[in-house]
Amino acid sequence: MISELFSATVLIGILASGIRLATPYLYAAIGETLGQRSGVLNLGVEGQMLLGAFAAFYIVFQTGNLWLGVLAAILVGAIMGLAMAFVTVNLHAVQGISGIGFYLFGLGLSDLLFQKLMGTVETVRGFSKIHIPFLSDIPVIGEIFFQQNLMVYLAFALVPLSAFLLNKTTLGLKIRAVGENPEAADSLGVSVAKVRYFTVIAGGIFSGVAGASLSIALLNVFQQNMTSGLGFIAVALVYFGGWRPWGVMGGALLFSMVNSLQLWVQVLGIPIPSDIAVMMPYVLTILALVLAVSRVRAPSALSKPFGRED
Amino acid sequence: MRERLSTIVDALLPVLATLSALAIGAVMLLLLGANPVEAYGAMWEGAFGSGNAIAETLVKATPLLLVGLGICIAFRGNVINIGGEGQMVVGAILATLTGLNLVGLPGWLVITLSLMAGFLGGAFWGAIPGFLKAYFNVNEILSTIMMNAIAVQGMNFLLRGAMIDPAQLELESKIPQTARLLEAYRLPRLIPTRLHLGAAIAVLLAIGVYILLWHTTLGYRIRAVGLNPHASRYAGINVKQHVVIALLLSGAFAGLAGATQVLGVNYRMITDGSATGFTGSAGFNGIVAALFGQLHPLGTIPAAVFFGAMLVGANKMQRVVQVPSALITTLNGLVVVFVVSSDIWRRRRLQRRLREASAQIEVDPPGEADQPGPESGEVVS
Repeated sequence: MISELFSATVLIGILASGIRLATPYLYAAIGETLGQRSGVLNLGVEGQMLLGAFAAFYIVFQTGNLWLGVLAAILVGAIMGLAMAFVTVNLHAVQGISGIGFYLFGLGLSDLLFQKLMGTVETVRGFSKIHIPFLSDIPVIGEIFFQQNLMVYLAFALVPLSAFLLNKTTLGLKIRAVGENPEAADSLGVSVAKVRYFTVIAGGIFSGVAGASLSIALLNVFQQNMTSGLGFIAVALVYFGGWRPWGVMGGALLFSMVNSLQLWVQVLGIPIPSDIAVMMPYVLTILALVLAVSRVRAPSALSKPFGRED
Repeated sequence: MRERLSTIVDALLPVLATLSALAIGAVMLLLLGANPVEAYGAMWEGAFGSGNAIAETLVKATPLLLVGLGICIAFRGNVINIGGEGQMVVGAILATLTGLNLVGLPGWLVITLSLMAGFLGGAFWGAIPGFLKAYFNVNEILSTIMMNAIAVQGMNFLLRGAMIDPAQLELESKIPQTARLLEAYRLPRLIPTRLHLGAAIAVLLAIGVYILLWHTTLGYRIRAVGLNPHASRYAGINVKQHVVIALLLSGAFAGLAGATQVLGVNYRMITDGSATGFTGSAGFNGIVAALFGQLHPLGTIPAAVFFGAMLVGANKMQRVVQVPSALITTLNGLVVVFVVSSDIWRRRRLQRRLREASAQIEVDPPGEADQPGPESGEVVS
């Protein structure tokens, strides 16, 4: 049975689903990267994802319009981001804890709305696969990379875009300055508050879309607590990726590939207990954190509130 | 006089935060088509309406208090422990193993050993992230969350395999649960309700943690490290060691909470695949209770009772006005957000007083030293 794991079709299957599974991690972790580079630790990602997942699913379930669903996730994420920004920027709340509060809020509210508005688990027709002309016909590579749905492509497009934003634009420079030395940025006339509002709201939007990518593109269902810790892993991936979009992508892929392998191991009936297989990605994350954190330095002002007076 | 007034205001802030959360909850109830007065009335009735209701509230409050005590220790030491769920699970596993395998020994001895096993299991599960934070600079928020997931999968694995009730092996269903503890090895009940000795133990331990934190050298050092790791190092305190100890102790109390759930409430472990299935989210709600109690062990007692009442009342509310009890998770989240947000007023007053004081004496104001600790992930090496 182990040898089945190494047949070409299975390997391609593992890699293709690994790419697909990286999608929610990418959206959420790239959004979190923006926030953390500006000095804000948002631990409420999981809650934002759950609300985004429900909003997108419910709208698609009612209207059948996928883009309205994405829009709903964006709106919900933006509202959650706005609330998080207000609490951290204006009220200087301890970020690690307020994030847990937002997590519980999103966990409870998405469950509440699901029970009240739906009641039973339903499915929708989510984003379908798009075969990219020519590229998808390349043997092996085409099957792995170019026969995915649109949400997957967009997630990967986000990586170079966010890297460009952070490293090559004035806004990116401001974000990094605010995250490294808010006092200096402030003295040069950069509004620390505005920059952090921008990154945290953007992070909320991406988290919402991350949830939508689960409920209307990958799984096409909504269930209570369907993210089951995915949002927290996304936060860990930011540390793992050294606060750089490409590094974050590497971490997301590593994680999703292990996850995909784990799923295939179960599908093929290889005698590794499923509980142990499910445990592996988490063990790997801890090991990855041990290796990664000693390598790079966090933004200096991460999770520190900024205020001129207090 | 002014100082006393501001102490009162400080104590009232969480109450105001909760009232705000309940007000938002009332709006949500209206939107869901329920009458808030009726809903909150049902909650009150469900939580305190009868002797049995009060006992149920206290049963629910017990794990919240125990987890919350651990949170007080950790947060005072400026380490954030989100791993209560996993620590409860590991503590419960070890307590169950002890209770099921020491057959033949006297009841009081097995109960004591089981509780100790739970304590040690949680301590072990908490010490790992503590060690990783102190010596590898791994953010403890993230590692404790990962440890939760690992503990849950470990529980599922054990309950489906090595620890499964032999009776279940005979059956087709194979429900993932352990055998039941013998009656002699369960925590005795205090009155003819489900209220068990664990509640009394938790209250005694709250006093113990208060003494630990404010009347022992170890507690003083944990708090010193939490307030200012740099100064503590200059004062000769081994900062890394105390980071590990803070998380270890924090985990130990959560482990004990897991043990009391098995020995006092369920008498066995059973899994639905998730941590919540066993813990009822006490690992998270204990954080809420501790914050609400101002990270003070004695303040955590009424806070735990309050949130225990919310949980018990939520079931009644669900029956009476047909609003899912998930509303309570939502409100708990809001309470956390509001409590940490309202902290700014306490800090502002504190700083004003410090400024006034430092205007007279020439000293550096210690800044925001008194907040429960911005998670900075930095440990002085």
